[in-house]
Amino acid sequence: MKSILIISGILLFASLNTMAASITIGPHQPIRSIRAGIATAAAGDTLWIEAGTYREGNMVLDKSLVLLGKGFPVLDGENKFEILTIKANGVVIKGLKFINTGVASMNDLAAVKAIGCANLRITDNRFENTFFGIYFANTSQSWIEGNQLQADAEAEHQIGNGIHMWKCSHITVNGNTIKGHRDGIYFEFVTNSLITRNHSEGNLRYGLHFMFSHNDEYRNNTFVNNGAGVAVMYSKGVKMIENVFEYNWGSAAYGLLLKDIRDSFVSSNTFRKNSVGIFMEGSSRIQFQENTFMNNGYAVRLQASCDDNVFERNNFLANTFDVVTNGTLVLNKINSNYWDKYEGYDLNKDSTGDIPYRPVSLYGMMVEQMPTAVLLWRSFLVYLMDRTEKAIPAITPENLKDELPSMRPYDIISQRQ
Amino acid sequence: MTRVIKYIFYDLLRTRFILLYTLFLLVSTFAMFQIDSDPGKVVLSLLNVVLMVVPLISVVFTTIHFFNSYEFIELMLAQPVNRRVIFFSEYISVATSLCGAYVAGIGIPSLLFGADSSVFTLLFTGVMLTLVFVALAFLSSVLTRDKAKAIGIALLFWFYFSLIYDGLLLWVVYTFCDYPLEKITLTLIAFNPVDLARIIMLLQLDISALMGYTGAFYKSFFGSHMGLLFSSSILLVWIALPLWLAMRIFSRKDL
Repeated sequence: MKSILIISGILLFASLNTMAASITIGPHQPIRSIRAGIATAAAGDTLWIEAGTYREGNMVLDKSLVLLGKGFPVLDGENKFEILTIKANGVVIKGLKFINTGVASMNDLAAVKAIGCANLRITDNRFENTFFGIYFANTSQSWIEGNQLQADAEAEHQIGNGIHMWKCSHITVNGNTIKGHRDGIYFEFVTNSLITRNHSEGNLRYGLHFMFSHNDEYRNNTFVNNGAGVAVMYSKGVKMIENVFEYNWGSAAYGLLLKDIRDSFVSSNTFRKNSVGIFMEGSSRIQFQENTFMNNGYAVRLQASCDDNVFERNNFLANTFDVVTNGTLVLNKINSNYWDKYEGYDLNKDSTGDIPYRPVSLYGMMVEQMPTAVLLWRSFLVYLMDRTEKAIPAITPENLKDELPSMRPYDIISQRQ
Repeated sequence: MTRVIKYIFYDLLRTRFILLYTLFLLVSTFAMFQIDSDPGKVVLSLLNVVLMVVPLISVVFTTIHFFNSYEFIELMLAQPVNRRVIFFSEYISVATSLCGAYVAGIGIPSLLFGADSSVFTLLFTGVMLTLVFVALAFLSSVLTRDKAKAIGIALLFWFYFSLIYDGLLLWVVYTFCDYPLEKITLTLIAFNPVDLARIIMLLQLDISALMGYTGAFYKSFFGSHMGLLFSSSILLVWIALPLWLAMRIFSRKDL
């Protein structure tokens, strides 16, 4: 009985498949406009769009169609329109090039917008000079893969986000390249989603902006030279693994900003050349493991409002300040890390130092409390004070210390190059 | 005047100290470039040399030289030569030889290893600091007749500007940290050539982003043409004022 059911199911599926038609749209085809193609197609049909430029204003996809581009046909929004609005489930959009959407202050005009849909696939498209690139609201079980988004706005109010997700779930954002938008990837109220292998560079605000989005994971992404780095706020259960945060440099830039994050996991990431590697505030129960902090201004700014965080087996290399905090109360554990500034010894050869390392310098504390003191930076006086404080700690938090500093940097597999 | 300068130059070269100084700077700069491949980092390390070593060498060498050539000065004064001419010749030859040693010692390796524009700022601030501290050393030399005392005063100048002044500045910042201090500290920094040189230099390097609001304020000030003019003229005042005082004392002094 069961096998009959399965066979009949397969047959039904096969017959459905053959029923779905394929329609070709192109300048030399009977159907010349995409709008006409959508109108004639039935749900489940495939539209092949041949190379050419299509200026058709706003197109609404209200049936489940597959849109495939041959040789990247250009869909031009003429700086006035939103280009594609999806209102059906199971839509596939692949190999198209979207350019010049309209810019508006009241409406979020996007190249591809989906509201209340499921099972969408937006893959291998190109977006140039779009206000919002891909905009999903209240959408689930969808994929955004291999897209290239490029915009070149000069001010934040002139441009939207590259990939914008609002109130979605089970979304995969994989292998996209986003440049020059406001936020590269924006997540708000998005749960159980995966962000992998994306490259977010030169965006005006954040490379990745994450708000109220629980139980998400991002790994193997690269965030380079964004206005303010990456911000993760008001979320819990976020996994951040094997990402690279680079060159987020400026007086208000962070590699990774963690604000009110709980029960999360930050592991095997590389923070290189950021003015602040990680800035954290009001965050608790986060595991930081096997991260590498290299050439940052501040590796970690750990505000006193954080508790129960654990830093283990991280490498701190050539940072100006390793750890800075703004209070004397320390509720976090910092253990078994490698610090290049550690000057202790290892008599019993167990490859952990015999005396604890204090990553917070006196001058770092001073600057945190009175920012004007920064003007004494690199003066001889500061050097002397730091040495004295290291010998006899009086002002720096007594408990903020690594009891088991490693003598050698950890060899972190994901970061071997 | 040129002839007097020439004699003093020969005299300076004979002591070989200037050559040693050049060699020292050359070797240490080369070593830093060998150890660290990032030119920005090297400039930062060299900054420490400029802020500590250059003023120290300048004051000590100048005072010792002045007292060693006391007899020469007395001899020259027996000739029909104006005291000003002698004094300025001394200053110019000592200052140019120290500056030359500095520029050669830091500049040649930096050019060889390919350095960016920040090296030029480094050279400029170093030359300015040399000129300032040579002038201060001349002042301390004419203040007293005792060589040891003069070296003591010169070292005190160095100590004051490198360390004590910063301590006072920190005390001011600490006491008044609830008030907006940017403009006041900017003024206070002008009273110390070493601090002024340090700030100009730090703002050149991209680490200035770490300096927060205060850094941004200074950057907008020193980055402008007005700021550049201001800092250069303040440094010039720091050269001219001790020099003028020293000359006044020297021309009236009973040697």
